[in-house]
Amino acid sequence: MNAVTGTGIGASVRRKEDYRFITGQGTYTDDINRPGQLHAYFVRSPHAFAKIKSIDTAAAKASAGVVAVFTGQELAADKVGGLICGWTVTGKDGTPHKAPPHPAIALDTARCVGDQVAVVIATTKEIARDAGEKIVVDYDVLQAVVDPVDTLKPNAPQLHAEAPGNLCYDWEFGDRASTDAGFAKAAHVVKLDLINNRLSPNPMEPRVAIGEHDRATDTTTCYSTSQNPHVLRLILCAFIFGLPEHKVRVVAPDVGGGFGSKIFCYAEEVVCVWASRKLNKPVKWTSDRSEAFLTDAHGRDHVTHAELALDKDGKFLALKCSTIANMGAYLSTFASCVPSYLYALLLAGQYTTPAIYAEVKAVFTNTTPVDAYRGAGRPEATYVVERLVEVAARQLNMDPAEIRKKNFIAPDAFPYQTPVAVAYDSGQYELSMNEALKMVDYKGFAGRRAESEKRGMLRGIGFAAYIEACGIAPSAVVGSLGAGVGLWESASVRFNPTGSVSVFTGSHSHGQGHETTFAQVVSEKMGVPIEQIDIVHGDTQRIPMGMGTYGSRSLAVGGSAIVKACDKLIAKGKKIAAHLMEAAVDDVEFDAGMFKVAGTDKSVPIGQVCFTAYVPHNYPADLEPGFEENAFYDPSNFTYPAGTHIAEVEVDPGSGHVTIAKWVAVDDFGNVINPMVVEGQVHGGVAQGVGQAMLEGVVYDKASGQLLTGSFMDYTMPRADDLPNFDVGMTHTPCPHNPLGVKGCGEAGAIAAPAALMNAITDALGVEIDMPATPEKVWRAAQGKVRALAAE
Amino acid sequence: MYAFNYHKPKSLADAQALVAKFPDGKILAGGHTLIPTLKQRLAQPTDLIDIGGLAELKGITVSGSTVSIGAGTKHGEVADSADVKKAIPALAALAALIGDRQVRNKGTMGGSLANNDPAADYPGAILGLGATVHTTKRAIKADDFLKGMFETALDEGEIITKVEFPVPKRAAYEKFRNPASRYVMVGAFVAETASGIRVAITGAGPTAYRWADAEKALGAKFAVASVEKLVHTSNGLNADIHASAEYRAHLITVMTKRAVAGAGG
Amino acid sequence: MATVSMTVNGNKVSRDVEPRTLLVQYIREHLELTGTHVGCDTSQCGACVVHVDGQSVKSCTILAAQAEGSQVTTIEGLAKDGKLHPMQEAFREHHALQCGFCTPGMIMSAIDLVEKNPKLTEEDIRHGLEGNLCRCTGYHNIVKAIAAAAKTMGG
Repeated sequence: MNAVTGTGIGASVRRKEDYRFITGQGTYTDDINRPGQLHAYFVRSPHAFAKIKSIDTAAAKASAGVVAVFTGQELAADKVGGLICGWTVTGKDGTPHKAPPHPAIALDTARCVGDQVAVVIATTKEIARDAGEKIVVDYDVLQAVVDPVDTLKPNAPQLHAEAPGNLCYDWEFGDRASTDAGFAKAAHVVKLDLINNRLSPNPMEPRVAIGEHDRATDTTTCYSTSQNPHVLRLILCAFIFGLPEHKVRVVAPDVGGGFGSKIFCYAEEVVCVWASRKLNKPVKWTSDRSEAFLTDAHGRDHVTHAELALDKDGKFLALKCSTIANMGAYLSTFASCVPSYLYALLLAGQYTTPAIYAEVKAVFTNTTPVDAYRGAGRPEATYVVERLVEVAARQLNMDPAEIRKKNFIAPDAFPYQTPVAVAYDSGQYELSMNEALKMVDYKGFAGRRAESEKRGMLRGIGFAAYIEACGIAPSAVVGSLGAGVGLWESASVRFNPTGSVSVFTGSHSHGQGHETTFAQVVSEKMGVPIEQIDIVHGDTQRIPMGMGTYGSRSLAVGGSAIVKACDKLIAKGKKIAAHLMEAAVDDVEFDAGMFKVAGTDKSVPIGQVCFTAYVPHNYPADLEPGFEENAFYDPSNFTYPAGTHIAEVEVDPGSGHVTIAKWVAVDDFGNVINPMVVEGQVHGGVAQGVGQAMLEGVVYDKASGQLLTGSFMDYTMPRADDLPNFDVGMTHTPCPHNPLGVKGCGEAGAIAAPAALMNAITDALGVEIDMPATPEKVWRAAQGKVRALAAE
Repeated sequence: MYAFNYHKPKSLADAQALVAKFPDGKILAGGHTLIPTLKQRLAQPTDLIDIGGLAELKGITVSGSTVSIGAGTKHGEVADSADVKKAIPALAALAALIGDRQVRNKGTMGGSLANNDPAADYPGAILGLGATVHTTKRAIKADDFLKGMFETALDEGEIITKVEFPVPKRAAYEKFRNPASRYVMVGAFVAETASGIRVAITGAGPTAYRWADAEKALGAKFAVASVEKLVHTSNGLNADIHASAEYRAHLITVMTKRAVAGAGG
Repeated sequence: MATVSMTVNGNKVSRDVEPRTLLVQYIREHLELTGTHVGCDTSQCGACVVHVDGQSVKSCTILAAQAEGSQVTTIEGLAKDGKLHPMQEAFREHHALQCGFCTPGMIMSAIDLVEKNPKLTEEDIRHGLEGNLCRCTGYHNIVKAIAAAAKTMGG
């Protein structure tokens, strides 16, 4: 930690952003109201699949307070482009994935419940909704299909003419021949069928979009609950409207959680921007939670068959899996890369498995589109690997910790080239596991199990030794895999003349605490206390082009860009300081806010250097004034956080109720800037992973395609009394290829938790079950267990 | 919500007059069922008659072997009432399990009973304790009050004024919550009363009902052993994504057993 | 339109609103106190919790008209003369918030919880938060913060 400021790297300083949140002064998008603002209400399809025969808007248009009613026809007439998918995945046969048209408002067909059919713009929200109910849509209701397996069947309803058989892509990765060879020589083969349940992200703040057009400057502003305002601007300009980017501004102020769901460009943003230009009035839409369940991109939804080949000693020889991934009704912004590149490339886990082969069929169904949700592909990969490994241990009668240790990549084997393209940067997997075993008191488990059994309870313990890949990069590599964007990040560090600092970052904070941790990085680098440093983000007009926040990339990529900019400032500062101290530039050192001449007691503080740069009365002749630098950082590799989570549960076989008795997480995120914030990220990630494993799951009615979990009344969100206290530990193996040595921590919990918890529950039950392990499912499984015990 | 007119009568008599005047109006008590319904636009009353502030409907009194609770009494007031805790601790404990803290600060006993949601707790209490529901017109025995899903014996415009609970010898309520909504998925209210054993099941069927087999078994001997082998039929029980009828049937036995244990059986 | 008057954070206020106006709309849209949030439409999430006459209620589930004449406190009214309420301090100290969206409701619920039961246990806290959803923190630090605030508040 920086001794001078006390607020540098490694300090658990209180968050700078919190004051406004705890006093109700935060500014979320719905808190913004523009003069003359109108309100949009979307009429949505009540049917999962229907032809739209006609739309009668006359009564709605005639209602008092209604300014306009639009359907897809008006957008089409204005040549408004459809929503896009920004990553093209190429299938086994060399053809690109099928990305059928996705109009912001349906033209002639509604393909999921909640699909936009019309929009009413009125003076108040209630008037808009009242009028929306007067719109008469004549539907020809079609048979829908919601299940990813069913949709591939020959007689399934066909969603898009462009995607025969409802197939988006049929993709493979890895070496099939060497994998088959591994299975051919195996002493044991473990086979598992797994469902990775569909989730609704549910950030507590529902989405909001406001469009506002300024005729004077011909500039349109979109206020949005976005995780990446520049990417949203890029999509709106380049693909939807054909507008120049300097005439569109996207502002994402305080954003109330995203978890992936606010990465994407949504229809409502398109319509509000378009309508605001058309009507020359600000147009606002605020999602209800009910709308959010229907329209926010969902996560996961895989059906997988997986196999692991082992030799007689439990050493892994090969892994293969075949997955069907549900894309929903349309391809969302980054949907295609999630069950492909963000999934199969992580199937080596923490292990030396020499051969891996995966094939993935991405399919369309009459459901809400699926895209990245906290972890995005990596939780699904970890779930496959860690469930297989746990079941292998059970079948081979090996200790689940021992089988993992036997197969871990050794600490001296890094960089480690996996058989699935990626090369891990660094790791000490056994170290984290040993720490976790100690923290959970693994030796004492047998005693705790016996004690539970005395009370008629079943106790289980489960492991997840997960791997994550963060900071998806470098751009050249992701480009070769089909990404439509670069995945670098930008930063601009501006010292103001009197020494305060404004840092402009392309990363976006929606709960992660960047205003604090990024300030700590600058504090450490520049020797300035964090109180004097402001982190500015979320406004395309104020910050350099940036790529936003997702995939646990902000610190590893965005933070590195800040370091680069700081390094440029230090280099420039040395020139100024050398001039002031009449020394050679090469003799000037910078440490803790002071420029010093090596081996002397001569020094000037950074504040003086900064002031001199703006008031250059006594200044190097060949140097530009000013103390501000920009940097763009494109990483040379992903970072690979890893760790071990251990869950211990007690199952009541009478009711099916599961209590989490212990949760131990030992993560290795490399270097850590603010331990308090990092632990908070772990807690939240684990809570979402526990939610996936025990509580959450989007359910559609198979016959009608109706969403049955359309509110918090039916979609089980984790609450305080569902969760235990989390015992969080850390090991620190720095990332060797970024300047901070950091790896990213945002998604780890959500990646590790589902496998750890399901391994624990199935350990208790002695039966394999799928997520979510609801009370009824657990009870049914426990009945089998009780019968089995009775028969023993 | 659709638009409506709002009225805040000063007395029960005024409220009755307004109810008579607006046949398509609705009575608003705590509003914690009605307002969510209105927000979802599942009802379109012309008028709301807010009886939430009426002093006549408030209050908890204990006299002899009867606890009388005004219909406008909030769940939280029942849960926290020293009198209720002393006389019928199971009733206070049940009230403390309704909804969440904020719901208990607004929702009322009368509102809950008049709505008779199959996933409500109070119907289990009035049936389990053999309470009497008093209205602006008459007194109705709990056994006659609950008619079906969201259906009661109340006539149009009839307002619940108070509920009288006879103090049981012992009683307990056990609830298995719907994991998402936290409403009751299966609740068992078991009471030993002056007139015998009463076992009311709520959450499991279209409306709360008495489980005769359990009452009979406990009548013979008030002990866990009397009910733990009982098998409840799944016929006619509710089924949804959270629990099948079969699972609910199983939970009825589990919750009844726990309630018997809770009542000291 | 009907005139609805109440006292909010110590200030007497009066607005002409439609009868169907919810208390949360009255607070956010008419009084422009946007610290109180709306996170759901089924009275589950608790982002809208305020105090009405000293009790925590979900302001999305009562009409403004029902609060006529009441004393209402919102998150904006907690700090007195620039001094944060102990619950606000504890939330900041214990990193009990991330995105901050659930935080106002969470703090308002927590204060009511502690005021009614100053000696509450961890289990009491977890149970007492059943009406408030947080998607960021896993509740771990919220529970810690409330326990710490309870001590400061005199439990």
